[in-house]
Amino acid sequence: MNMTKNTTLLVTSDDPAPAPLAVNDEKAISRLLHRYPPLVIISIVVLLIIIIMALFATDIAPYEYSKMDLRARLHPPAWLNGGTMSHLLGTDDLGRDVLSRLIFSIQMSLLVAFIGTIFGAILGTAVGFLAAHFGGWVNHLVMVAIDFQAALPFMIIALAVVAFFGNSIVLFIVLMGIYGWERYARITRGLALTARTHGYAVAVNTLGATPLRVYTRHILPNIASALIVNMTLNFPGSVLMETSLSFLGLGVQPPLTSLGNMLGFGRDYLTIAWWISVFPGAVIFITTLSMSLLGDWVRDRLDPTLS
Amino acid sequence: MPFFYISQKLFRAILTIWGIVTFVFVILRLSGDPVLQILGPDAEADAIELMRHAWGLDIPIWKQYLIYLANLLKGDLGFSYLDGRDAVTILIERLPKTLSLMGATAVFTFMIGIPAGIYAALHRNSFLDRATMSLAVMGLSVPNFFLGILMILLFSVTWRILPSSGSETWKHYTMPVITMATAEAGVFARFTRSAMLEVLNQDYIRMAIAKGVPWHKVVRLHALPNAAIPIVTISGFFVGTLIAGGVITENVFAWPGVGRLLVESVTNRDLAVVQVIILMIATSMVLTNLTIDLTYGWLDPRICDLRSDN
Repeated sequence: MNMTKNTTLLVTSDDPAPAPLAVNDEKAISRLLHRYPPLVIISIVVLLIIIIMALFATDIAPYEYSKMDLRARLHPPAWLNGGTMSHLLGTDDLGRDVLSRLIFSIQMSLLVAFIGTIFGAILGTAVGFLAAHFGGWVNHLVMVAIDFQAALPFMIIALAVVAFFGNSIVLFIVLMGIYGWERYARITRGLALTARTHGYAVAVNTLGATPLRVYTRHILPNIASALIVNMTLNFPGSVLMETSLSFLGLGVQPPLTSLGNMLGFGRDYLTIAWWISVFPGAVIFITTLSMSLLGDWVRDRLDPTLS
Repeated sequence: MPFFYISQKLFRAILTIWGIVTFVFVILRLSGDPVLQILGPDAEADAIELMRHAWGLDIPIWKQYLIYLANLLKGDLGFSYLDGRDAVTILIERLPKTLSLMGATAVFTFMIGIPAGIYAALHRNSFLDRATMSLAVMGLSVPNFFLGILMILLFSVTWRILPSSGSETWKHYTMPVITMATAEAGVFARFTRSAMLEVLNQDYIRMAIAKGVPWHKVVRLHALPNAAIPIVTISGFFVGTLIAGGVITENVFAWPGVGRLLVESVTNRDLAVVQVIILMIATSMVLTNLTIDLTYGWLDPRICDLRSDN
């Protein structure tokens, strides 16, 4: 199968040194399978499908996501008694096609999480560099801000902001960006402090490069791998945060739709139409699971001592 | 533990609480005129003026801030817009249900997560290690609202053996506790495993094995106490996720606790209640972190020196 072919290819490409604590040496094959598990390949395939669905939502979705058909309300999925092929995953309480809504929800949820992750990474990295470069009270201020953010579960901060400012999609995306900035800041600050003393940074500095150039052109590429790993580890968290808030009815608001929002509204029809809430829930689960598996694997490959 | 270390941690905790109090005050004032929000945009000018005066909104902002701080210290945190009752009383009414849910979840998390992690670490790369870790990853990836809804669908709608809402008997606790403990146990299992593996890799363990200490003693006396230190540090994170997870879980199962109160108050923009809940959560998080820092310093005295130096 294609999948196994991929694994063997990966195995032969570059095999890191064996882990220091190998208990079962005779199980070499199972260890290799453990290191490049088929699950990782499946995760990549799943994520690719999800991303393609999000990118081409308008072309793939059979219906407009808000199109109502009051004569076809609460139809079950096609394979159940009473289901029709015209609505593969059934319809909701207003006769809207669940499959189409699902595809557009994936688009919205991924978009919000993606913009949020990028925003958080840029914000956190910039703040981390500032703290490392200026030190002194700037550093203290940043550390207090990091402590402050870490002192409250982010969901509570988000709920407070929504309570005080009301809800809008822009505010929500900004909130998602603020989620997790402190981890990038902490990583960047720590790595930049050591990187500054390394030969290459000192050399560029001596040659007269501006601090901005030293940090963005020389130090950033050298610490990028740690930041990218943090992004892959942070992304499922962002998706979960978005879906959780939307599930509570405090995130993405109708008429827009997101996975959490679908699940939240579908909950009211759990006894008569489980498909409205179960499909988006399953998509959230599969997506975050795939991303976690992939993120773990990337981290383990970059730093084998961690696993 | 050096006095400097304790006082430094205490100072940081007070500073953080003060920061949160100020943050709440600032965003309360930034979010617009509360009088206009209550009376609506077409209220008469005298009525607005009267209400502003009654609420002390016509005095300078720094005075308002000082009055706000003074009221906080007196325990006077305002009244609910909805039923006019004292916000603190409303919170205290809901607190026992939330605490009992969190307590039960914590017990299950520790009972499942930590032994599973230790077992997986001691049998590294075995089938059961991989199975446990796969379960852990699945457990922490499944969103708690989805797990809750699936369980309601199976146990309440289809099989009709467990109630989907309410909080009176152990049957009511079953599904919410499983919902919350699944993710937490997954996190703990993974973390315990890596903490144990790191310890098992140390020279003093190799030394103990070399000098002929029986394996069970190596694990019990040398590995476990040292692996306990990093596990203590994630307890702070644990309390945080317990609170956040509680908000969701209480809403899924219509649990009459603080999490549901918070979402209801946010939806109705009942700001006094939201404010009280946030201050309570923040204070308990800061106290948790303070306790952890002190425990940590007590478990590993080197930390006090390291941190006091810089």
